[in-house]
Amino acid sequence: MAIRMEKPWLPLDADAVEALSGDLGVYQVADGAGTVVYIGYAGGRSLWGLQGELRQQLAERGEGYLFRVEINHQYLSRWEELLKVHDGEHGALPAGNEEHRPRRIGRLSPG
Amino acid sequence: MDLELSDEQRLLVEQVRRFVRQEIEPLEAQMDPDASELPADDRLRLIELTTQMGLYNMDVPEEYGGSGLDLVTRTLLAMEMAQHRAGLYAPCFGVFGGMGLAQLYDANDDQKERYLFPVLRGEKSGFFALTEPSGGSDPARAIQTRAVRDGDDWLINGQKIFISGADKGDFGLVFARTDPEKGRAGVTCFIVDADSPGFHVRRVVHTLRSTHYATELQFEDLRVPPENILGEVDGGFGIANERLTRNRIPYAAGCLGVAIRAQEMAIEYVKIRETFGDLLATRQTVQNMIIDNELDIRTARWLTLAAADKAERGEPFRAEAAMAKIAATEAGGRVVDRAMQIHGGYGVTKEFPFERWYREMRIRRIGEGPNEVQRLIIARDLIGGSFH
Repeated sequence: MAIRMEKPWLPLDADAVEALSGDLGVYQVADGAGTVVYIGYAGGRSLWGLQGELRQQLAERGEGYLFRVEINHQYLSRWEELLKVHDGEHGALPAGNEEHRPRRIGRLSPG
Repeated sequence: MDLELSDEQRLLVEQVRRFVRQEIEPLEAQMDPDASELPADDRLRLIELTTQMGLYNMDVPEEYGGSGLDLVTRTLLAMEMAQHRAGLYAPCFGVFGGMGLAQLYDANDDQKERYLFPVLRGEKSGFFALTEPSGGSDPARAIQTRAVRDGDDWLINGQKIFISGADKGDFGLVFARTDPEKGRAGVTCFIVDADSPGFHVRRVVHTLRSTHYATELQFEDLRVPPENILGEVDGGFGIANERLTRNRIPYAAGCLGVAIRAQEMAIEYVKIRETFGDLLATRQTVQNMIIDNELDIRTARWLTLAAADKAERGEPFRAEAAMAKIAATEAGGRVVDRAMQIHGGYGVTKEFPFERWYREMRIRRIGEGPNEVQRLIIARDLIGGSFH
């Protein structure tokens, strides 16, 4: 498994969200320019898993955004890993994660 | 020999059990089932409570502000603290504090000022970096990370794997080979600041447990000053070994705590769940599972308390700690498995804690020295004649 998410971006719209599975996993949301604005996860309490989480993102943000997902049962450690990579490469977390984040991010330098 | 708990032990056990049921479980019910971290405000509030109880940092030696409780009592309490969903790897989410890195109690005064006391004040955290890609069970041979002198300093190059807390820690105890000719007598323990150039956390190692993950480290010409050697040059093996032996007792206690809670839940469930017109509690097949659980728990519990008692009395306890580790990790796995089976389909859902315990308990037979290595340790003492 690659450390960075590498799947192609999809438009965040109703059709794409409905096509998603209800699995556990992680996801990224980017604005129209491709800047990651949120890294989230569908955990054990997520209703409808990834589909439910992305449906909520669509409801909150509206269209014009992009997303990609990764099915992963180790969603918390994977989520933290993605946050660390983003923080290491951009010097900050995505704007939407300032509220939703672990107590300490920690360091990662994949090389 | 008195197998009963003292009045003080009984009170403390009841106090911690109440704390887990009243403070931890309700918070946990609102959190992700794999979570290992409380929201910051809840964490601070609960630390205030455990401080008022006189139990914060209870494992810290008394001269450094610890509770002064003996190891048997602390082992009993460790069994209580683990009795919730996250309890195996995050007992009570850390609100009872910890003991830090025990090796630092033997550090010199300067090292204590820079590392031990900040850890005890909650200002710094450390990690323990022993295992390498070449193995972890036989550090005397497996350690290939090299430290060589460069003027007064040391330069470290190499890799470590399965290291918990290194991505968030401020410093670590890193074991490196300082003399390739000497085997176990050629390993030194260095205190390494994690913000040093040449210190890299290369990746998260994803395992069966979703939190408290491990990491892989790489050292590239990592410069360490001589004042950061813990103990003596080439004296690292003893430091690592002491820690590994002592840690097997709380490690076993955590497994037992989870097993005790799983058994409680199984007994509650068989008294309310009906199949084919009768309660599960009336089925002999199910009764046998409950009985086997109890035999497993009690056997492992006595072995664990016996190891703690011997360690507390200052007697050699290496074989006893190994027996406790084997008994508790294997019993814990069997008990959780049976409790899950009794709960049927619900047992494997994330609505119940069994699936998390099942995944995390499996790691315990490997962590802190695989059970096969524990058997080797016991055999050496039994056959070598040093076992009493």
